Amino acid sequence: MSLVVKNITKCFSDFAALNDVSFQAEPGEFLALLGPSGSGKTTLLRLLAGLDQPDTGSVEFDGADYLKLSARDRRIGMVFQSYALFRHMTVAQNIAFGLNVRPAKERPSKAEIAATVQRLLKLIQLEDLGKRYPSQLSGGQRQRVALARALAISPRMLLLDEPFGALDALVRKDLRRWLRKIHDETGVTTIFVTHDQEEALDLADRVVVLKDGQIEQIGKPLELYRHPQSAFVFEFLGTSNEVPATVSDGVASFDGFTAPAVSPKALSGAQTVRFRPFDAQLSPTGPGFEAKVLSLLPAGSSLRLELQTPDGKVFETQHAHESEASDLKLGDTVFVRPSKVYVF
Amino acid sequence: MKVRAPEAPKSFPAFVLLAFAVLWMALVILLPLVNVLAEAFKQGVAPYLSSIVQPDALSAIRLTLLVAAIAVPLNAVFGIAAAWCFTRFDFPLKGLLLSILDLPFTISPVISGIVWVLLFGAHGWFGAFLQANDIKIIYALPGLVIATILVTLPFVARELIPLMQDQGTDEEIAAVTLGASGWDVFFRVTLPNIKWALTYGVLLCTARAMGEFGAVSVVSGHIRGLTNTLPLHIEVLYNEYDSVGAFAAATLLAGLALVTLVLKSLLEWRFADELAAHRRH
Repeated sequence: MSLVVKNITKCFSDFAALNDVSFQAEPGEFLALLGPSGSGKTTLLRLLAGLDQPDTGSVEFDGADYLKLSARDRRIGMVFQSYALFRHMTVAQNIAFGLNVRPAKERPSKAEIAATVQRLLKLIQLEDLGKRYPSQLSGGQRQRVALARALAISPRMLLLDEPFGALDALVRKDLRRWLRKIHDETGVTTIFVTHDQEEALDLADRVVVLKDGQIEQIGKPLELYRHPQSAFVFEFLGTSNEVPATVSDGVASFDGFTAPAVSPKALSGAQTVRFRPFDAQLSPTGPGFEAKVLSLLPAGSSLRLELQTPDGKVFETQHAHESEASDLKLGDTVFVRPSKVYVF
Repeated sequence: MKVRAPEAPKSFPAFVLLAFAVLWMALVILLPLVNVLAEAFKQGVAPYLSSIVQPDALSAIRLTLLVAAIAVPLNAVFGIAAAWCFTRFDFPLKGLLLSILDLPFTISPVISGIVWVLLFGAHGWFGAFLQANDIKIIYALPGLVIATILVTLPFVARELIPLMQDQGTDEEIAAVTLGASGWDVFFRVTLPNIKWALTYGVLLCTARAMGEFGAVSVVSGHIRGLTNTLPLHIEVLYNEYDSVGAFAAATLLAGLALVTLVLKSLLEWRFADELAAHRRH
């Protein structure tokens, strides 16, 4: 086990930013800390980096007590949303910084440092830009330089704080793939903070979902998606529609039809159940929830519909382009039947 | 974003406004400056030169430069430390302290002088102690220095605080996680990032330190050749109806001010460029 975080609590005046947080990371694992703003994920990252101290709890890395080490001695590579490149240094000087500030005895020779910089420039595919200044680079290029700078110190762990937050969607997707590739090549344990569920699910080996300073669920992306433990996780991971139903023995009963119900607990009786946009069937007649087509939009490989019930509730559903939904027009009346629901 | 270049005035009112502004500037800035030069050279070049090289004038120049040379570096160090504190840490009464930092801007320089007399003068709080130990502060160089320091206290800090606030702490935090010591962080990251604003602040501070009259006048005692700085020297000569001498010394002070102004404009031009680069960053 490389990183072991136990019972971490951190309060700011009387507000608990983190409340009894425990998790572990395997050597070489890629872990995402996912949560909305204010969930405590950045506070947690700062504690790991040594920029803040927790009130209680422990942080161990390879058996060593990390809380006793200063930020300077933890050898953790950190990448910021704002890039935080040294603006008065060239790209090459930025990457070399962590090696140049080592005490004389541990500092590699000039030639070794230059070789490391060249190797990292090649890794981030910016071999020709070593002499440029950060202000002459695009956002994506800057973030790659920031990663190279963090990797230059051969970090024990990489911490990334919303690294793609300031980039546009296309660059973000590209960098995501690239980051995963770099991680797989270098094998550094990586912890990645994001509020973007798609990013977390796409990139991480495991995801830690945080809410109000507490861990809601830890799991592999598919696990989280298939077996969410709480309504919060379910709603945070994607669009959710709510309807009332009577639940018993894993089946949700509606007016005239039923659907399988997935639940972390054995629940029965009248419940609010939730379903995903793509777990919905449409038909021109009942049974089902009656609704009018409010909007009809293509969303990539599928068709996205907004449907409004007579009492004003809006469902969002998703269908194949060639399906019962393809002939619908705005204002048409349809009946919606969830084909699979989740109960919490 | 490109700002559209202003056009030449076309309408009559615009032309009148422009003419007024130019005339006004000429009247209140150019005319006195020309007058200083005219008075200084009224009796020719030789009297001008001789009044500049007379011992009292030379000692006033030396003293002015000496006071600035001591006060400005101290204020630069204080300014950096204060800006660092105000932008990197949160502490109680921060707002109040920031306002106090501005006090020398708002209070009359005479008061900045008198407080030191009240503290260190013969009848001041520490007067007896200083006399017993034969330490001279008032009517001596230390008094001139502390009065100048007080008057010019906020210049460097006020230049640095907005810039350091704007730049934030991310670069410094990054440097720490990369293994840099506090020393390395300051000299390799913080200082290079503020060097132009620091130079600019030091320049303003120097100009004010050399030109300061009120506070210095109170603590100086006007001892010729000993505690008269250039502005005080000018006043003394002027009161004695030595107008050539007074205006000759004034040309020196005006010259120093012009040099500072040119350097300041150069820096502003350079500094604006740097700042723009930072914004793009």
